[in-house]
Amino acid sequence: MCGIAGLIHRGKSSNVGHELQGMLQALKHRGEDSTGYALYGDTEGKNFIMRVKVGENVGEGSSSVAEDVSVYDKRKNIVESYLAEMGAKIIKEERVLPYSLRYEIEYNKDDLLNFSQKIESIPGVEILSMGKSLEVIKDLGNAKIVCDRYNLDKVVGTHAIGHARMATESGVDIKSAHPFWGYPFSDVSVVHNGQLTNYWNNRRILENKGMRFMSECDSELIAVYLAEKMRNGATLEEGMKDSLRGLDGVFTYFVATKDSLGMAKDTMAAKPLVLYESDDLVAMGSEEIAIRSLLPQEIDTYDPFDGEVKVWQI
Amino acid sequence: MANLKTSEKKTKAQSMGLHTEVLTGKTQQKFFNPDEAENFYYWGTYDVDFNKRTDLDVKDLDCKEANKKIDELMSQGYGTIVIKNPQGKHSLGVGILNKLNLIFEGSLGYFGVGSIDGPTVRINGRVGWSCAENMMAGKVVIEKNAGSCFGAAIRGGDLICKGSVGARTGIDQKGGTIIIGGDAGAFTGFMMQRGRIVILGDVGINLGDSMYDGTIFVGGKIGSFGSDAVESPMTKSDIDWLKRKLKVAEIGENFDVSKMTKIVAGKKLWNYDALEPTEKKGAI
Repeated sequence: MCGIAGLIHRGKSSNVGHELQGMLQALKHRGEDSTGYALYGDTEGKNFIMRVKVGENVGEGSSSVAEDVSVYDKRKNIVESYLAEMGAKIIKEERVLPYSLRYEIEYNKDDLLNFSQKIESIPGVEILSMGKSLEVIKDLGNAKIVCDRYNLDKVVGTHAIGHARMATESGVDIKSAHPFWGYPFSDVSVVHNGQLTNYWNNRRILENKGMRFMSECDSELIAVYLAEKMRNGATLEEGMKDSLRGLDGVFTYFVATKDSLGMAKDTMAAKPLVLYESDDLVAMGSEEIAIRSLLPQEIDTYDPFDGEVKVWQI
Repeated sequence: MANLKTSEKKTKAQSMGLHTEVLTGKTQQKFFNPDEAENFYYWGTYDVDFNKRTDLDVKDLDCKEANKKIDELMSQGYGTIVIKNPQGKHSLGVGILNKLNLIFEGSLGYFGVGSIDGPTVRINGRVGWSCAENMMAGKVVIEKNAGSCFGAAIRGGDLICKGSVGARTGIDQKGGTIIIGGDAGAFTGFMMQRGRIVILGDVGINLGDSMYDGTIFVGGKIGSFGSDAVESPMTKSDIDWLKRKLKVAEIGENFDVSKMTKIVAGKKLWNYDALEPTEKKGAI
């Protein structure tokens, strides 16, 4: 069934890594095949942060085929040679796990589409996120396991969205895990709870328009759908409102950009969402217990209605 | 329970000539006897004293432990139990089958106070999805908002939310009354079969979709009518009933119920008209 959670601090930063971990761990009964975080740093840096995977986690019930770990090194070397070829300067490099890389890069050209296409032309390589404040971290296991594995507990930022996944429509692997990056837009990410029934129709249309899909997970469609709308000049909110008509099925999803957080709920309100809103904090999740992990005191929460779209700024 | 197979004593019903046969065999029938205390025993219930009051902090308990603790307190005769720190936990206060004053000082998660038969519950907070599902009798008052599927399949009692509720409120309702002080979401009264829903605020799309029977009263705007939901004129008895109910519900004190919209089933659903009255009852 999957669980989603999100929060945005307005006018201040906080320990969003720790906060989101608590919210997602409270939802672990909704699925712990994989967990993903989209964390937004408190200041927009000069450089891009690129999270890349050069292989899959093949343990912990994974549906991926094991590879010789030496191929990870080969792919990493090609990634770095391509970065150099495109004029991207590596400022800092981190190899959190054999298959998971984090680069801080100086890149001044305005062509993230070409950039991403080049990097992802390497078989087995996928950019998980690209942005100046966004970092997408996702792996198999529950929120605590992923948080500990990637040292997310002390990450400070303004907002974050996350996902606890029960794999139903596609494999147990990192490529199908949420959040999805709004490729090729800097700092856009999406998490989704539900099921989209016109996935293939939309996918065919969007692929014909040059959009890219990395998985067969229906949720990826939302990120691609919104990215395509924004590419054509729509604002995030306009794209989200349009998605209520363009996407068929049952869904509640969150989308985040470098300075905003939004939610949309399908016209049948078939998927849950509980929302808390105050002047300095918005917190939302599939269940109230996610919010309670953040705010144990008595607070006023509510369920958004069918077909509702909301966007908050930091 | 009396052993009817060997008992010489006749029950009152038998003395009145209603039953003369002493049954034997595996399928022996047991007749009601008001003299037998066991006849009034309802498994899983307790005699409680409303003046015997206690607090229960469930902060560090899971729902199973908390519900077991409530059961233990009822077995000790406590008739008023105040639950502290529910903190949005799921399935709290379910399956209570006797009279009880149950007060939650905070909000509940999903499936709160489901399958209850008799208690009076006050929730000083919000409730998640499917609150009071399958409720048989009693009264539940929620001070804040409620999630979707509020009062799903309730059979009886009064279920009151002073705030707004989500989608599919009263889905599959089979009796009782649901009263909403604020707005209600889409598909309210979906496939309802008996009972009444009262909404003082607005309601979303597909109101009363595929309802078989029952009545819905709406004070505000209606998003749209669902299949087979039709408007019906308000009667004096409707107005009197609404005034009484809202008073009991402690909401809408000055609300002009005469201006509410009444919605009932058009009964044009598949093959409904072809059914005999008894068959209609069976279908419901």
